[in-house]
Amino acid sequence: MAATTVALTPARASRRWGHQNAWGYFWSFIAWVLAIFLFFPVFWMVLTSFKTEGAAYTYPPRFIFHPTLSEYASVFSGVQSFTKPFEHSIFVTLFSTALVLILAIPAAYSLSINPVKKWRNVLFFFLTTKMLPYVAAVIPIFIVAKDLHLLNNEWSLVILYTSMNLPLAIWMIRSFLVEVPKGLLEAARIDGAGLWVEITRVIMPITLPGIAATALICSIFAWNEFFFAQSLTTTNPTMSVFLVSSIQSEGLYWAHLAAASTVASLPVILAGWIAQKQLVRGLSFGALK
Amino acid sequence: MTMTVPTARRRSRSTTKLGAAATTLGMIATIGITANASAANLHSDGSSVTIKVAVVSNGNMEELEALTPIFEKENPGINIEYDTLPENSERQLVETDVTTHANEFNVVMISNYETPIWSKNGWLANLSAYTATDPGYDVNDLLPPLRSALSVGGKLYSVPFYAESSMVYYRTDLFKAAGLTMPEHPTWSQIASFAQKLNNPAKGVAGICLRGEPGWGENLAALDTVINTYGGSWFNEKWAPQLTSAPDVAATNFYVNLVRKYGEPGASNDGFTECLNDFDAGKASMWYDATVAAGLISTNAPKTFANTGYAYAPTGPAGIASGWLYTWSLSIPSGTPNESAAWKYLSWATGPQIIPEQAAKYGWAGVNPGTRASLYKNPNYLKAAGAFSGITLDSIDAANPDHPTKNPVPYVGVQFVDVPWFIDLGTIVSDQISAAIAGTESVKTALANSQQDAEDIASGNGE
Amino acid sequence: MTSAPPSLQQLPVDRAPGSVNGQALPRSVGARAEAWKRRLPLMPALIYVIIVTQAPFAVTLWYSFRRWNLLIPGSNKFAGLQEYRAAFDDPAFRQAAVRTVEMTASAVILAMLMGTGMALLVNRKFFGRGVVRTLLITPFLIMPVATDLLFKTTIYDPVFGFLDYVLKPFGVGQVNWLGTHAIGSIVVVLVWEWAPFMMLIVLAGLQGEDLEALEAAHVDGATTIKTFVYITLPNIKRYMELGVLLGSIFIVQTFGEVFTMTAGGPGTSTTNLPYYLYEQVFNNFTVGVGAAAGIIVLILTEIVASFALRLLSGLLVASAGAG
Repeated sequence: MAATTVALTPARASRRWGHQNAWGYFWSFIAWVLAIFLFFPVFWMVLTSFKTEGAAYTYPPRFIFHPTLSEYASVFSGVQSFTKPFEHSIFVTLFSTALVLILAIPAAYSLSINPVKKWRNVLFFFLTTKMLPYVAAVIPIFIVAKDLHLLNNEWSLVILYTSMNLPLAIWMIRSFLVEVPKGLLEAARIDGAGLWVEITRVIMPITLPGIAATALICSIFAWNEFFFAQSLTTTNPTMSVFLVSSIQSEGLYWAHLAAASTVASLPVILAGWIAQKQLVRGLSFGALK
Repeated sequence: MTMTVPTARRRSRSTTKLGAAATTLGMIATIGITANASAANLHSDGSSVTIKVAVVSNGNMEELEALTPIFEKENPGINIEYDTLPENSERQLVETDVTTHANEFNVVMISNYETPIWSKNGWLANLSAYTATDPGYDVNDLLPPLRSALSVGGKLYSVPFYAESSMVYYRTDLFKAAGLTMPEHPTWSQIASFAQKLNNPAKGVAGICLRGEPGWGENLAALDTVINTYGGSWFNEKWAPQLTSAPDVAATNFYVNLVRKYGEPGASNDGFTECLNDFDAGKASMWYDATVAAGLISTNAPKTFANTGYAYAPTGPAGIASGWLYTWSLSIPSGTPNESAAWKYLSWATGPQIIPEQAAKYGWAGVNPGTRASLYKNPNYLKAAGAFSGITLDSIDAANPDHPTKNPVPYVGVQFVDVPWFIDLGTIVSDQISAAIAGTESVKTALANSQQDAEDIASGNGE
Repeated sequence: MTSAPPSLQQLPVDRAPGSVNGQALPRSVGARAEAWKRRLPLMPALIYVIIVTQAPFAVTLWYSFRRWNLLIPGSNKFAGLQEYRAAFDDPAFRQAAVRTVEMTASAVILAMLMGTGMALLVNRKFFGRGVVRTLLITPFLIMPVATDLLFKTTIYDPVFGFLDYVLKPFGVGQVNWLGTHAIGSIVVVLVWEWAPFMMLIVLAGLQGEDLEALEAAHVDGATTIKTFVYITLPNIKRYMELGVLLGSIFIVQTFGEVFTMTAGGPGTSTTNLPYYLYEQVFNNFTVGVGAAAGIIVLILTEIVASFALRLLSGLLVASAGAG
């Protein structure tokens, strides 16, 4: 099956069968059109970021103009520091994702391999934690953070994001763990492997793509989160809050907004682009039979 | 059996990966912890004090931030950190902080709406104690309407950063080309006829730009002044809502129809910023809005500024002077540490010395307007801003928050009502008005809904 | 095949090892003790996870039983179910619930349709497939705050926006998209943001397609449509359902888009439940009502979700590896 998986895709198969070639070109064309259409707002954002404000507010909208780096300069060296929010975002994203993985893998293990009796209920229970509208929770959480002296402290965001991303991570990792073949685990146990060995030497290598995919998605959510970042921090903002703060509300701001948005989104875009193969492989690994 | 070989390879790979990950995490942790440590909150042992200031992300506030090194140099030992956010977010954060006494901020930017309400709750520090012992601050230089708007029982609870009333901006070149003359004190019907003549959708120039964006401080600010000058009001003396009374209906119909017929497209989402940008770009022949915009036009669009004329806020059938009164002011929440250091900052940020510092870096036309009488006698300022400074000063002086309407009313405020539940009511009503401007609702329905809501909310709050 | 490295596919795949139909089999005492020895070290993690994820719920629940108005000092007192009654009585709450259903259903369905289409297109090998997939994923990666602001300004603005410019040749005037077509405009942005997410999930399902079945179908002379309906669709059906479930849970929470682009307006035409909650807390300062309304929303969503899970062809059983 492995060889078949690698060698044969539906399209290649169809070409071998000499079937629907004209349709093939048509669908490829449609795919390209859709991609360009969907990507266009991103392209427009990056284009606008190289304009001066005057060139950004024109009708008709301009494709040809004198590009300038002035807006990027004002993002990096504006009145508000750029490096602090950037560091904070990296810190919060990496730590919350690490914490999520450290907690989700054992939790998912006890829900898949050797599942606890009520594993279905526990899974559903986790899902329900994402159903509470977070806006309702903001003041209560603010009060708790205040009492714990964690306001304006990156750790409160780390704890919060961990709690927000755990349900999804557990669901995802669990669905990869169930695909680990029973035979493999039994073989390891017969060989005398303890729990730690079982996890690190048998399970993790197999599910690493899936775990990587989970880590990527959790990182995306943590990096992009705005509402709690704004509500719980004041002078230690993250990138999402920095983006909103850097927009001045009196005067032209579209070009600056575009530049700041590009900069703020760039790390996640690069991570997503580099890891997209992992993402698809990881998500699909749970499906291979 | 088949496990040993692949496992060995995988083992070394995963261990290396783990090692790399751990090292990276360790590095990030160090960055994170040192970042947090350096941004640690206040020490009040006399060494270095950090004053955290919440401000709105307006142009003048950003200039203030850029000038802060001057203050820090003159006051070694005081370190200023800012949290700058758009108006809605800043309000949300400051309200949360002050009402829960989180004391995350030493200085907060509020307005003449919050000041009386919060000071009555005991949430703001009494600043009169400080102004009395700070002669350099020259508290008597503050314009009287502002001083009284920000004081309760004779004590000052916040100090004005900049203040504004409202006035009409118009394009002198377009008026000249059309053979029209703008009187110094126009009426709204005159404005309407000008708008009709100058409205030029084919060229993308609107007759007039008016605010339509939802928000009690956005479209309602403008509409309220129209209602006032038509003889209407929010409530009568017995707190019965008046939103469906004849003058209120007439004023709202006028405003909504004016902006729908001769106003800018997309008005229902346009606030101060959008109209400013439209006027700067030459997309509007007239604009009724805050007096502070004049300085901004001069900085953002010098060409438009050269062709801009100014007139007093238009009056309606009741003839009442209708400029609004609003100030962004700085205040110290009570119970925060290092109050005297915070006052030093306030004294600098709203005192007389900041004006020349600001002018040196950004020019005279855009300095913080509307707070001090001395500014309006300053020859440098009059040279740069003389075209609009007179109207600005007059409008602020003429604004009468204590008696804003034709008939007596139980509330204070020209373009708002000084009760805590006004944010709720104002937001709901401004939503309705915005829908009327967008055309998804009739004015009649909007006002009927608003009236009902006003009755519910007022009675629910014991009025 | 023998030259390929030994891989999992050669070994018999079971459902969750040690289970039948998802239920743990009763075993001999020795086996059960062994199982618990492996489980025990993980219990703390599981319990900790439960605590951490429930903490926001717990504090919100606490405040929902108090009638705290932020502007009235000293009002932080126990109030029983009073705040819940206040939320239920508020017609704006019910209206917001309706809007939420409208917004969520349209966004999820459209995003799933689009995502499935994208997945099908990208599942074939063609020139530049990697680039196309990269472009298609990107909307999901852009910071949502940035997306909301950029759509509101550079695309939807009636004066300088791109949309009106592009539609002008088709006779569309300067349409105020966020005024006259508020909900539609927001749904468009939601679909743009979430279709890639749906695409990834469905793509995962497509990549696991049984190629022998496809080949057999082709040999039998089945048309593309028949192949799609009878072979592909059943395969990806549970992935589509998973996407709908997860997507709904995320999209029901939509707040940033409404806050940034329309502020719930015009009027209340785009006020969904999260935005309604925001207004309760930050315009009315009634923390208790906001919390109570939040708990009500949670309970309603749980009820809907548990029905949905029952309907979705035994999603939980299937995802245990039954395939």
